[in-house]
Amino acid sequence: MEPLLTIQGPEAMLFWVLAPLSVIAALGMLLVKKAVHSALLLAWVMITEAIFYIAQDALFLGIVQIIVYTGAVMMLFLFILMLVGVDSSDSLSETITGLRPIAITAALGFGGLLVSLLGRATLGREPVGLTVANAPGNVQGLAVLLFSKYVWPFEVVSALLITAAIGAMVLAHHQRTNIRPTQREQAVNRFRSGSLAGAAGLPGPGVFARHNAVDVPALLPDGTPAPSSISATLKARGDVIDSGQFQLDNVDTTVKEEK
Amino acid sequence: MVTNSGLVYLIALPLFGALSLLLLGRRADKWGHLLATALSAGSFAVGLFQLSEMLGRATESRPVTQKLFTWISVGSFNVDASLLLDQLSICFVLLITGVGTLIHIYSISYMSDDPDRRRFFAFLNLFIAAMLLLVLGDSYLNLYVGWEGVGLASYLLIGFWNQKAAYATASKKAFIMNRIGDMGLSFAIMIAFASLGTVSFSGVKENAHSASEATMTAIGIMLLVAAVGKSAQFPLQAWLGDAMAGPTPVSALIHAATMVTAGVYLIVRSNFVFDAAPTAQLLVAIIGAITLMFGALVGTAKDDIKKALAASTMSQIGYMILGAGLGPAGYAFAIMHLLTHGFFKAGMFLGAGSVMHGMNDEVNMRKYGALRKFMPITFITFGLGYLAIIGVPPFAGFYSKDMLIETALNAGGVKGILLGGTALLGAGITAFYMTRVMILTFTSPKRWDDNQHPHESPILMWAPMAILAIGSVSSGFLLSRGDALKHWLEPLFEEHGEHTELLPPIVVSGLALTMVAIGVALAVVKYQLSEVEAVAPENVTEFTQIARRDLLQDEINEALFMRPGQVLTSVLVKFDESVIDGAVRGIGQIAMGSGSSLRRTQTGFVRSYAMLILIGAAALIAAIWVVTL
Amino acid sequence: MNIDNYLYLSALLFTIGAVGVVVRRNAIVVFMCVELMLNAANLTLVTFSRINGTLDGQVVAFFTMVVAACEVVVGLAIIVTIYRSRRSASIDDASLLKR
Repeated sequence: MEPLLTIQGPEAMLFWVLAPLSVIAALGMLLVKKAVHSALLLAWVMITEAIFYIAQDALFLGIVQIIVYTGAVMMLFLFILMLVGVDSSDSLSETITGLRPIAITAALGFGGLLVSLLGRATLGREPVGLTVANAPGNVQGLAVLLFSKYVWPFEVVSALLITAAIGAMVLAHHQRTNIRPTQREQAVNRFRSGSLAGAAGLPGPGVFARHNAVDVPALLPDGTPAPSSISATLKARGDVIDSGQFQLDNVDTTVKEEK
Repeated sequence: MVTNSGLVYLIALPLFGALSLLLLGRRADKWGHLLATALSAGSFAVGLFQLSEMLGRATESRPVTQKLFTWISVGSFNVDASLLLDQLSICFVLLITGVGTLIHIYSISYMSDDPDRRRFFAFLNLFIAAMLLLVLGDSYLNLYVGWEGVGLASYLLIGFWNQKAAYATASKKAFIMNRIGDMGLSFAIMIAFASLGTVSFSGVKENAHSASEATMTAIGIMLLVAAVGKSAQFPLQAWLGDAMAGPTPVSALIHAATMVTAGVYLIVRSNFVFDAAPTAQLLVAIIGAITLMFGALVGTAKDDIKKALAASTMSQIGYMILGAGLGPAGYAFAIMHLLTHGFFKAGMFLGAGSVMHGMNDEVNMRKYGALRKFMPITFITFGLGYLAIIGVPPFAGFYSKDMLIETALNAGGVKGILLGGTALLGAGITAFYMTRVMILTFTSPKRWDDNQHPHESPILMWAPMAILAIGSVSSGFLLSRGDALKHWLEPLFEEHGEHTELLPPIVVSGLALTMVAIGVALAVVKYQLSEVEAVAPENVTEFTQIARRDLLQDEINEALFMRPGQVLTSVLVKFDESVIDGAVRGIGQIAMGSGSSLRRTQTGFVRSYAMLILIGAAALIAAIWVVTL
Repeated sequence: MNIDNYLYLSALLFTIGAVGVVVRRNAIVVFMCVELMLNAANLTLVTFSRINGTLDGQVVAFFTMVVAACEVVVGLAIIVTIYRSRRSASIDDASLLKR
């Protein structure tokens, strides 16, 4: 049997290339602002892990990792991101005073202690390797274990999965508790809700005749941009263009008197 | 023992009435009283049927039982909820349901103007059910349930007009004084269970001889305390006078005919206990003798007709307790006096109610007079009851009271002479105060003003009075003819040897009648032949003043128990406030202080909780790090 | 290269995930960080499976994946429900527990 304590050759190279990349990606997850970018970085970390699994003779898990995690779970995350949209929670600024320094200190302590503990630990036996266990094939070996020694947990976990699926359906099922207002009712409500200013609907975006894109707030008569004229999502994403530059300051507004 | 599944109906009928009247509420206002009366009568019919069944059987197989359900079954402690109907309980069943039904009928008319008549009838039915359970229970524990039930019904009915503060207070007084007796009963049950291992009548009876006399004496004295509380005997007699705050039918049923005699029932039922405990038995006789004098003396001074009758009740129950304390010789006569008293005293209370009905609820006898002409039927029925209570032959009281006096005299030695002498003197005083009631109410010149319009009561009221009057006349003769009741009850009691006769019966009767004649004559001279003032005179002897205040019973209770109790309570309150509350508050403040500082960690933000978990995990790793160093 | 390095890597990823859970406010990102922590644990299991020469570790990692899938399904459903009623995906907004 080959001594496994030191790994040579292609696997070592693979590790040294991919491990820093996955750590960088994981750190990036914390530091990027947009959730979509976090999701993509996580997908990358998961793919590197899948590669590590395969490199460590866990072929089945590696494939499942790619199919289930990178495929299904991350897709689900993206779907939900799409549903929920972007809002101020994406901001990286901390709102709870003192949380971040304490968290980082605790994490450094945790990680440092864990790493130093690992450094001190001895494995107690020579690493064996999976050549023997995987002799009939990795999938076959797992299957034998799953359907003999672990058949009870397997069944329980399948019950859990079904329960979770039903639970998610129940949670996501939305039942209206009130009747959807008709267009007529909405119109009546608009007129009756306090000021008449909102009765005509929100102002549309764009500076008339100069720039009509949706990311340009309309200008109020006093020259300030109207916040209600653009979508909140665009504002949260920071994709709003300053409409002051399209103001008609330089245009000659004097009206010539004509006969 | 023969089992009989019909016994439960005795209790179930009135209980059903009480529950349905209370639960249906106003919906039953129109017909509730009729239902209650019908159910009470139905219970009486069941009782009559049981009596006829019982008469058809041989003496030894007369008692019947019915097991309702297993009530308590804990280790060796087993109590079934079962009923026992024997020669003693059938007497009570018929008295309770019979007199009870008559009083239901009377109340239909008496309470017809009361907006809460339905509630009154519900309570009456509740009382009947509880009282029947009391006399039908086959163990002390079952009896105890009924015992508490009648206490509750009594409390509810005394305070029926609880919109008047004094009446509400009277009901509370009765309830609290009864609690002392109830404590005695519960102690008796506990002692019986602890020392004999059983609480059923038959079980205690079997063990009565093998147990030590001290044990039986303890049980006996505790049972006596119970009887004293329930039957308003000395020294727990003070509640009965105030209990007259209840509607008059209640006074007739509960506080004359039935509930107050429960103590006599308890003692007679526990005859095996007292036969095994001579000290306790003697104490019973002494208590009875004291009370019969006490009640008689109070009765001479009362101007309130109901309170005079209440004092008389107390005195008559004293006779019964005295009889029950005389051992096997007296049990049957105690029960006989109880039954005859049930008739004539209930009849007289109903008569008093009738008088009050005609006199705008006036209760002061000094404001009555010459009512004979206006209420002839009431006068006749009341008069028959009066002749019965003072013991004029051949009316009921003559037989029963005469037997009691005779038995007391024959008890032997100094004890017999003292007890018998007291009973004789009591008979004289009874004659005096009852004659006084009669004269003040019916035959002396009128003392009421002209805006009173006395009138005879409607038939629904006088018919029950008439029936009870018939009972007052005939019951004594019927029950004592050929010692009927004595032989009927004999199988229940221990055999006893022949007793010596101090005086021949005819002499005793002569003595008693002489005392009665003296009492009647004194009353006639004092009240019929001389002017009676409409307002109680103030310049009277010390004794009269004391008797008017119930021989200072309330003052003594107040000085002996209430004031020391108040001092004790206030000391305890101080202790509670400073020491216990201080400790509690201190603990509370510690908890609050630590809570308010710990509260800061509870921000509600999930992330701060997550961070605490992270710190915890780090601490855990640190611990492993240190341990494995 | 030492096989321990896989363990170090997994410890590092786990710590990063833990920091992410505490520091980020978007519920979905927090959730992703939880997934990262689970993955780090899986890597440890696979590595130990190799060291011990048995497949039990891989089976447990497989179970972990199933549980993680359940968790994602239910968790995301909860996020959607919260979002629907509060119009926010920030976990700081769901702080009613303190009141």
